[in-house]
Amino acid sequence: MSESTNGSKLLRILSVSARPARPNALHAVATFTWRSMRHTVSQLPYMAIDVLIFPVIFLLIFTYMFGGAISGSTGHYLQFLLPGMLVYTVTTMTVYIGIAIKTDIDKGVFNRFRTLPFWQPAAIIGTMLVNLLSYAAALATTIGIGLLLGFRPEAGLTGALLALLLVILYAFSVSWIFACIGVVVKKTESITSMTYIVLYPLMFTSNVFTDTSTMPDWLGRIVAYNPISLASTAARGLMHGTATAQDLIAALGGMILLTLAFAPLTFRLYLKKAKQ
Amino acid sequence: MTNKRYAIEVQGLTKSFGSVKVLKGIDLRVERGTVYAILGPNGAGKTTLVSILSTLLRPDAGKAEVFGLDVVRDADAVRGIVGLTGQFAAVDEGLSGHDNLELFGRLTGYGRKAAYARADELLDAFELTEAANRPAAQYSGGMRRRLDIAAAMLVRPELLFLDEPTTGLDPRSRSGVWDIVRTLVAGGTTVLLTTQYLEEADQLADRLAVIDGGTVIAEGTAAELKALVGSGTVQIRLARPELRSLAEQVLRRELNAEVRLHADPATLSAQASDPEPAARVLTELSRAGIATTQFSLGQPSLDEVFLALTGRPAEEAAEEAVS
Repeated sequence: MSESTNGSKLLRILSVSARPARPNALHAVATFTWRSMRHTVSQLPYMAIDVLIFPVIFLLIFTYMFGGAISGSTGHYLQFLLPGMLVYTVTTMTVYIGIAIKTDIDKGVFNRFRTLPFWQPAAIIGTMLVNLLSYAAALATTIGIGLLLGFRPEAGLTGALLALLLVILYAFSVSWIFACIGVVVKKTESITSMTYIVLYPLMFTSNVFTDTSTMPDWLGRIVAYNPISLASTAARGLMHGTATAQDLIAALGGMILLTLAFAPLTFRLYLKKAKQ
Repeated sequence: MTNKRYAIEVQGLTKSFGSVKVLKGIDLRVERGTVYAILGPNGAGKTTLVSILSTLLRPDAGKAEVFGLDVVRDADAVRGIVGLTGQFAAVDEGLSGHDNLELFGRLTGYGRKAAYARADELLDAFELTEAANRPAAQYSGGMRRRLDIAAAMLVRPELLFLDEPTTGLDPRSRSGVWDIVRTLVAGGTTVLLTTQYLEEADQLADRLAVIDGGTVIAEGTAAELKALVGSGTVQIRLARPELRSLAEQVLRRELNAEVRLHADPATLSAQASDPEPAARVLTELSRAGIATTQFSLGQPSLDEVFLALTGRPAEEAAEEAVS
């Protein structure tokens, strides 16, 4: 270090001892949105796998391998499957918010955030907002491939857009579960194993892949109240113009319930969390 | 800021995690405008103490004040005047150096443009301009440490916590970081540093405290602590380990001090009151036909301080704390 020049530069830096005014909540959220975009850009190759490749593979497998067996014809099955596939795609992606939060805590950036004077929930909300963009990208891919394979939303463009909006809202509400898990778990790996323990059983006991009417009565009832089913039913209804008010209320009610339960809990645990 | 004489005043501070008592009643006073070092092995309670002082943890009992502000009651005000580095508060490895400083600047309250400009200015002062757009994860040890410190300087803190500022750095980067710390103090910041190296404390600190098992076991200037230990240590590495007991006898005879046998079977050391008998050891060893591959007369290390103060070496203390 060349003392004289750098010493004086350092001293000039140190002359700033007046703190700027506290950032407001909006500024803080915008800052975390910016940060999360920066992260996303540097992780674009990995993101591409989730956003582009998984949806394509799953859609092809289910349509052509199981479609004929389940529905008699692949075209018929695709009409049924695609809306649920949208729900399936984003559900698996909600895990990332948990991993992002856990990584901040482990790496000690969280500690620095905690010593800065901004509205702390901004750290989670900003990240989540950017995740919504990647959900939207994955949904666009899935529906795009679907259209190529012959999927036709019977309720037209409006129906399709409403269905997409509903699925994004659903993803937002489910994200809170994983945000909460990300705050409390001891190891990052636990979050990924949650995917297998919680998410996959829920996904396969839903009506994403098959109609409940083909199931035994007791199972049909469980499947019907699964939040993934509620979202799939509503998305399917909106897409094909068959949605009943009851379907929509049930789906939106489930999302509101999830958000109201997990968002405040996440914030509370996050603020209480201290690195030991 | 306040006209308080003390930057830090701590009395009877205790903290337990479950059934483990990490701090068992710490008392400490740090005068403003000075560098104070906390010396101790891993697990001695250094990090817990700093976490409490920087409001990241709440103490179980006792009082801790930073410039007269209580770290629990006035936590917000304390956060406004302290800066954290290293493992206490890391940078975002996924972002570039510039993005990191911009991020923390905006979260401190700077607008977008002001945060960008401040990041530029900091990178320049800390000689990181060339690496500004590289991810922090790719920084060398020395660059990383400079970025850490820069991130705590968005607004000059009244009190800076430095966590093992030069652990793992090469000598040149180390003296670079030491120069920065000296400049910070000249600029009016009080520095509390934690370290495992007596040399670091000796270079930088006006006073230091040695903590072990959650209590302060010694406090004073570096010179005072060294006086407790003896002026220096003769350390010898033998060409043939099997001659160690012979060498041990020579050392004991010439230095009239307790000889320490290291884990390395070829190494032994002993306190030397002054260089003359130490030089005699070398002559006597060669006369006895004991070849040495290394002979050094050094400052007492943390190990020696520990040995003198607690009767056991620092590594053992660290193991005890972990177990």
